[in-house]
Amino acid sequence: MNLFLEAIQWILDPASWTGEHQLGARVLEHLAFSAAVLLAAALLGIPAGIAIGHSGRGRGLVIALTSGARALPTLGLLTILGLGLGIGLEAPFLALLVLALPPVLAGAYAGVESVDRATVGAARAIGFTEWQVLACVELPLAAPVIIGGLRSAALQVISTATLAAYIADTGLGRPLFRALKTQEYGVMLGASILVALLALVVELCFHAIQSAAARRAEPHRTTPRRAHARARERTHR
Amino acid sequence: MNWLSQNLHIVGQLLADHLALSIPPILLSLAISVPLGRLAAGSGRLRAPLLTATGLLYAIPSLALFVILPPILGLPLRSGATMVAALTVYGCALLVRGAADAFDSVPEDVRLAAAATGHSRWALFWRVELPLAGPVLLSALRVVVVSTVSLVTVGAVIGISSLGTLFTDGFQRGIDASIVTGIVLTVAVAFLLDALCVLAARALMPWQRVRA
Amino acid sequence: MIEFDAVRKQYPDGTVAVERFDLVVPSHRVVALVGSSGSGKTTLLRMVNRMVEPSSGSVRIDDVDVRSMDPVRLRRSIGYVLQAGGLLPHRTVADNVATVPLLEGRSRRQARADALGLLERVGLDPAIADRYPAQLSGGQQQRVGVARALAADPNILLMDEPFGAVDPIVRDQLQTELRALQADIGKTIVFVTHDIDEAFALADEVVVLRAGAEIAQRGTPAEILAAPADDFVASFVGAGTARRSLRIREIDGRALVVDGDGRPTGVLER
Ligand SMILES: Nc1ncnc2c1ncn2[C@@H]1O[C@H](COP(=O)(O)OP(=O)(O)OP(=O)(O)O)[C@@H](O)[C@H]1O
Ligand SMILES: [Mg+2]
Repeated sequence: MNLFLEAIQWILDPASWTGEHQLGARVLEHLAFSAAVLLAAALLGIPAGIAIGHSGRGRGLVIALTSGARALPTLGLLTILGLGLGIGLEAPFLALLVLALPPVLAGAYAGVESVDRATVGAARAIGFTEWQVLACVELPLAAPVIIGGLRSAALQVISTATLAAYIADTGLGRPLFRALKTQEYGVMLGASILVALLALVVELCFHAIQSAAARRAEPHRTTPRRAHARARERTHR
Repeated sequence: MNWLSQNLHIVGQLLADHLALSIPPILLSLAISVPLGRLAAGSGRLRAPLLTATGLLYAIPSLALFVILPPILGLPLRSGATMVAALTVYGCALLVRGAADAFDSVPEDVRLAAAATGHSRWALFWRVELPLAGPVLLSALRVVVVSTVSLVTVGAVIGISSLGTLFTDGFQRGIDASIVTGIVLTVAVAFLLDALCVLAARALMPWQRVRA
Repeated sequence: MIEFDAVRKQYPDGTVAVERFDLVVPSHRVVALVGSSGSGKTTLLRMVNRMVEPSSGSVRIDDVDVRSMDPVRLRRSIGYVLQAGGLLPHRTVADNVATVPLLEGRSRRQARADALGLLERVGLDPAIADRYPAQLSGGQQQRVGVARALAADPNILLMDEPFGAVDPIVRDQLQTELRALQADIGKTIVFVTHDIDEAFALADEVVVLRAGAEIAQRGTPAEILAAPADDFVASFVGAGTARRSLRIREIDGRALVVDGDGRPTGVLER
């Protein structure tokens, strides 16, 4: 527990924020870098996923990509790209993008796919244009799942951005790796706690956004059990 | 290929280390998560806090967890035990939710019918709920297997040897072949263990056509 | 007036849902398409609002080929009621009813006021306007579906098994209400059902379909019951079964109507 005291002292010490470690800058770096990757993944993955979910084509590809990406070791990807592209932000950016894309794609695809086809058909039948079907029916109903995809991508990215310091000396991983070299366990622990807190804050933000989207998609929410019972009731009728 | 043939011995050793670090956390998290998942599924009050807690654990970046856990558990930083403990935490974070969903997927009327035919609570769990939860549980377990095998490599940056050591060594010494070998073997181990799970599930759930 | 002129529909997978179909649905009349599952009823109905395009032949509304109309405009001008309502789960009842007027740019206030009126019209308490579809019973959802179809005041209503998802008692009730409503609004209605009793209860004219949407017989309910064209129609309407073979039995000076098994079904008023 001594170590934790040391770690917390280090975090609270103004010198850590102004001195060699520049914690403020590290946090911003970490967040900005993660946000950039996530934005790129969203710009590429969401339209592609929606197109796949909407048309039903390319489904196998999404499944293969997501299960393949899970098996791919992050550190291996980082280091091989680091060797290929050299020191700098390009390698980690690319590696993180490769990791963030599958969950975003899968979320967008699964979200649109999960929207009841009968509802979509009904909207079309009463005169929604294709764009209105997408914007007023499919997207709001799919939003919780789409945001869920972004959420897992964000976790993945924040986590891997820590590891990225191993090859690019950026973000909150930087003090962690420095301290690893100098054997300052208190500093390592402090940096780790900061990263964990950062991840938790991001997770909670996404949780709130996702709940808000779910409330819009399913304004009248029941507990899973009751929804399940209701679904059964319906099929029995 | 040249590099590989010269380093076959080391690679073999790292592969063995990797397996020794990945299999225990998979089994441990399964053993811990099934009862917790059943509790969460059965109780409206426990469900939310349990799932929120495990969800938050999962949010913690792996490297950070590898550093934070040892002082909590009184373990040395560079030890296999640290790795196993941390990966068990992750495994549980995924599996508790998976198990809760699995038990939720057991139809209520089957549960009622089994209780009505005189199954005790214990028999109900082992003979009815667990087998019927099997397929959903399996798909969650497969995610845990694959991600555990991949996460083990992260330990290499703090000096815990596994196939991940091929990444750190390869990077520091500029040997592509080392990193590529590590990636290929890690993915292969993941798929192998995944296939084993599917085969085991097929043997245990003969009524289910488990798709690989 | 809706005219089907030699329409045929072959789906891309090769299924011929409609071989060749001709029918005229006069204005302000209710026509029921009945037939067993897969006989092509839904396909025919959807040709009217261009959810399905015929492979050959044409569908005309008031002498205008629907193919010359913009599908979205066409659909907004036709009321469409589906089994289980087909309501948007993320919009309130009032917003669901007002969907088409809102799409057409009607003001929110006006659309909402109209929606409340329509809810009353289909027998719903306007107090449910701010609920979501999942909070309604099946019968209520179905009524909302009818209200939505009426919202743009279309001349034509298409109904695909409108009461297929509700229990028999509610179905009876909804049929009675729809008849009263139709007496009032006089729309041109084409509806699809595989329940011959529903067809007899609601339609001015009934079209019995075989596989491939081949017309086995068409006529008023009375004509079809009185003289089924062939064995297929006879078995479809249940001609000769106990339920359809009614007799009169005198009891205490009153004429009781009994079915083929001798079970009383009503009293003859003279
Ligand atoms: N989109 C489609 N692609 C291919 N075949 C279709 C399609 N839609 C319908 N069919 C086929 O066309 C035939 C007629 O279908 P349709 O839905 O019109 O029947 P229906 O009379 O409405 O049946 P039900 O009473 O079951 O609703 C069926 O054999 C059906 O399988
Ligand atoms: Mg149909």
